[in-house]
Amino acid sequence: MNLLLNTINGISLGSIYAIIALGYTMVYGIAKMLNFAHGDVIMVGAYICFCAMSYLSLPPVVGVVMAMVVCTILGMVIERLAYKPLRSAPSLAVLITAIGVSYFLQNAALLIWKSDPKVFPSVLAGIPGLEFFGGELRLTAVTIVTILANIVIMLALTTFTGKTKTGKAMRAVSEDKGAAQLMGIDVNRTISLTFAIGSGLAAIAGVLLCSAYPTLMPTTGSMPGIKAFTAAVLGGIGSIPGAMLGGILLGVIEIFARAYISTQLSDAIVFAVLIVVLLIRPTGLLGKKITEKV
Amino acid sequence: MNHMKKLMALLLALSMVLSLAACGGSDSGSTESAPAEGEAAEAAPAEGEAAEATEAAPVAGDGVALKIGGIGPTSGAAAIYGTATMNGAQIAVDEINALGGMQFELNWQDDEHDPEKSVNAYNTLKDWGMQALVGTTTTGPALAVSAESNVDRIFELTPSASSPDVVNGKDNVFQMCFTDPNQGTASAQYISEQALGSKIAVIYNNGDAYSTGIYNKFAAEAAELGLEIVSTTTFTDETANDFSVQLNDAKNAGADLVFLPIYYTPASLILAQADGMGYAPKFFGVDGMDGILTMEGFNTALAEGVMLLTPFSADAEDELTQNFVKTYQERYGDIPNQFAADAYDCVYAIYNACQQAGITADMSAADICDALIATFTGDFSFNGVTGEGMTWDANGEVSKSPKGMIIQNGAYVGM
Repeated sequence: MNLLLNTINGISLGSIYAIIALGYTMVYGIAKMLNFAHGDVIMVGAYICFCAMSYLSLPPVVGVVMAMVVCTILGMVIERLAYKPLRSAPSLAVLITAIGVSYFLQNAALLIWKSDPKVFPSVLAGIPGLEFFGGELRLTAVTIVTILANIVIMLALTTFTGKTKTGKAMRAVSEDKGAAQLMGIDVNRTISLTFAIGSGLAAIAGVLLCSAYPTLMPTTGSMPGIKAFTAAVLGGIGSIPGAMLGGILLGVIEIFARAYISTQLSDAIVFAVLIVVLLIRPTGLLGKKITEKV
Repeated sequence: MNHMKKLMALLLALSMVLSLAACGGSDSGSTESAPAEGEAAEAAPAEGEAAEATEAAPVAGDGVALKIGGIGPTSGAAAIYGTATMNGAQIAVDEINALGGMQFELNWQDDEHDPEKSVNAYNTLKDWGMQALVGTTTTGPALAVSAESNVDRIFELTPSASSPDVVNGKDNVFQMCFTDPNQGTASAQYISEQALGSKIAVIYNNGDAYSTGIYNKFAAEAAELGLEIVSTTTFTDETANDFSVQLNDAKNAGADLVFLPIYYTPASLILAQADGMGYAPKFFGVDGMDGILTMEGFNTALAEGVMLLTPFSADAEDELTQNFVKTYQERYGDIPNQFAADAYDCVYAIYNACQQAGITADMSAADICDALIATFTGDFSFNGVTGEGMTWDANGEVSKSPKGMIIQNGAYVGM
């Protein structure tokens, strides 16, 4: 019974990591860069939705759409201003820039929304979850929606990159920017579009994250962001199904470590598992082994 | 392959660096979320008023007023605490001056909750001719300033810097608030005296000195009193999202009271998640819980029946508290929090001690310091809004009995 309960709690937590990890892996898979500001785009998305619902009293759906629009634009602006000028710079420079953007977003949020934590109104308020065994086991509406959203997004992204013309262009860019350009693909437009999609997903992730754990602060996105990044690496960064698998696994491992080993050591255990997995499979669980020809 | 390995090594190194960075980030987060009412915006206009009041402070009576310096953050992330202490101290000074006897003059300086700026503020006050210091409001700056005041021999009474390190080894520094760990002892005693629970669970933040300090004292005292702690679980600022494991552990152990020596931000999540899983024990908090009702968007129904131990309750029936609350509300439009009450008491404690020791405004700061130390560590006892019969030990820590409060219909009610 307890095992089942902890598994369900783990999946609930993991599904949140998974949905953030999808955005990470999408951008990494195409643009080959780690957008460490992803966690903070999530935070911005959550704040936009919060403002729409609390200050403008708009229905949740409108709030989510507004958050997606703002985050999509934000993602494209960040890419245009901070990452595009560095396209030919070493990847380390871009990474550091991404960390800079992350801190910029956090501090900007601190200025705009102040430091006092806000309680996020659930976008799924009033929708009952599922109960089993006379209320002993509960699956909240947020968890169900998050898992469904994960599956839908995963399938949509796989289809998009695999079947559509733009998606094929994205894969071409990810394999070889120079060659893609020679084939007539607009590399800048394609990467910009990747960021737009990734940031739009971040908005959804932000809303779901804050619906599950309703405290909203300027630092809300940073720790889940790092955990989701870990999840993406665990699953194989760049692999879309890998992000989802990694996220769910990470959540389950974290909850199990807390429940059966130690609440104090849970994070250490999570990262130890990551290290072990990477030692055995350096590309992550579902990561592709890329042989680079010279 | 080699490339991939290098990349992974880089990723791991980066993720470590970032986790560290995140720790730094969330540390400042927890300072911001320390206990207080989250109404910085409303407090801001009051700041201007108080500044005027400071300038207009009467210098009457024998022609000279005792110069009281005050230091606390009236801007920046911790502005709510500093502003509250400044307002509380100002009310006390004005009331004392209206009595017509000994006159006080208050000069409040902003330190933005920054130790370096706090020392600068202290030096400004010293140049002004400060004879006693009410401050500093927050612990970090207090550690820096108390070292200075100890060398300069200026008497210092802090309203709310609650770490034992603030007073340790400094004979001139005294506290109006409890030291953090003492709240743990007091909580265990209170739970035992009132028979609030027979099986107790504790959830605390083991990454936070405040929370861990209270927990350790609580556990020690609980063992002494025969309280049964059936579940002890922890979290850190990094894992302060999901409390399902901790709550299930408490629930499975059959705990009927959950002790939360933590700040209100994680506490609000614990209350929401306990509600979501249909677990309804009694929840018992400490002063870090103060502020949960003013969180923007918080459903106060979740906090119904939550108990907390705090030295000050704005709805206490006694005349002293009621007058203070009324004046504060009239002047600043807010219900005073614990910080304002502590500062109010600080000024009155200095005033009473001055009366008892026969201190006059023309004495030097060093003489006043010696006289006040002798009085505070002597048979001096003080009744204020944050407790009755307060006494201080030679170390500078206060002894007073805290008040239990319970949240009913979205408001604090004394128990």
